[in-house]
Amino acid sequence: MSKDWPLWEVFIRSRQGLDHKHVGSLHAPDARMAMENARDVYTRRQEGVSIWVVESKNIHASNPDEAAQFYDPAEDKVYRHPTFYNVPDDIEHM
Amino acid sequence: MTEQEIFDQKIDADVRIEPKDWMPEAYRKTLIRQISQHAHSEYVGMLPEANWITRAPTLRRKATLLAKVQDEAGHGLYLYSAMETLGMSRQQSLDDLHSGKAKYSSIFNYPTLTWADIGTIGWLVDGAAILNQVPLCRTSYGPYARAMVRVCKEESFHQRQGFEIMMALAQGTAEQKEMAQDAINRWWWPTLMMFGPKDSESGNSELSMRWRIKRFSNDELRQKFVDMMVPQAEFLGLKVPDEKLQWNAEKNGHDFGEIDWEEFWRVVKGHGQCNKQRLDARRKAHEDGAWVRDAAMAYAEKRAQREATKKGA
Repeated sequence: MSKDWPLWEVFIRSRQGLDHKHVGSLHAPDARMAMENARDVYTRRQEGVSIWVVESKNIHASNPDEAAQFYDPAEDKVYRHPTFYNVPDDIEHM
Repeated sequence: MTEQEIFDQKIDADVRIEPKDWMPEAYRKTLIRQISQHAHSEYVGMLPEANWITRAPTLRRKATLLAKVQDEAGHGLYLYSAMETLGMSRQQSLDDLHSGKAKYSSIFNYPTLTWADIGTIGWLVDGAAILNQVPLCRTSYGPYARAMVRVCKEESFHQRQGFEIMMALAQGTAEQKEMAQDAINRWWWPTLMMFGPKDSESGNSELSMRWRIKRFSNDELRQKFVDMMVPQAEFLGLKVPDEKLQWNAEKNGHDFGEIDWEEFWRVVKGHGQCNKQRLDARRKAHEDGAWVRDAAMAYAEKRAQREATKKGA
């Protein structure tokens, strides 16, 4: 009976200087094959210059059901935004 | 093509260098020095401002100042992370700060004596920091550039809140206006020093420009800063404490007086008003926080053990 291949999340840097961005996932027996598969699936048209693969079980995601409480601390802090402060329009470079 | 040639080609073509790319050892070292200095500055920069959190004049000002100090901690974190991609550990870097081996911006070795100093730091000091930092969003090392994009976005509120404080004081009572003037009198020259030594005496500059870590020279940025700030001071009705300051139509910029370079080097070398106090405060915070770090680690271990037992059962 064959074992299931683990699941991998794939992140691609489309151009030097940009962040790696999550593009999707795939199954593969190990990191090396996951990398090659990611290349074959996600960069067929040269969409990337760098690939990260991370085994999905190593990704810890926040719980959407708890989003309300989780992000609550930032909700009432409008003063973290520049528009909260009064600066006359004719002041330049600000 | 050699690795060096590939690297040079990337730099010339404005292609960012990323952590796994080959880079000259001197480039790596320069970046570690600059990014860690920058991170330490954000970190130590919390101290002069924190000094006023409990004494902010209104709840609005207090909330703002707290948010600003929180941002500085965050900025330190983004930068330490960028530094770690170069193979320098966080612990080593903090040890270097605490031992006095690593430097941070000298501006934070000046004391915050009055509430107007908080306004001045936001307006002048953060204004100078922004001028330094905006070009760094295009610096040649990818992780540093990306960290700076985040920092610059958040920094805008810092400068505006500073200007707002200064405006309130400058338009307030005679005493308040005097307090604002006193603050600019003390902070103007140290702020000009933030751009570093004169170009003719800046040892690291040339290579940093060649590698496109830096994109403008110290003197260029200092000139830009003066030209930007003079009209703002005028708007506030505050006097820039420089007798030699005047508009020069020919160069389309201001002429200004000479910085006291002896003071600059004295503070860099550790003999400013607050160098000792700042480092002592940093060390104490680190040592006093040891039990928190240990407790969090012990808690994580306990939780992992509990999970393992649950699975085993």
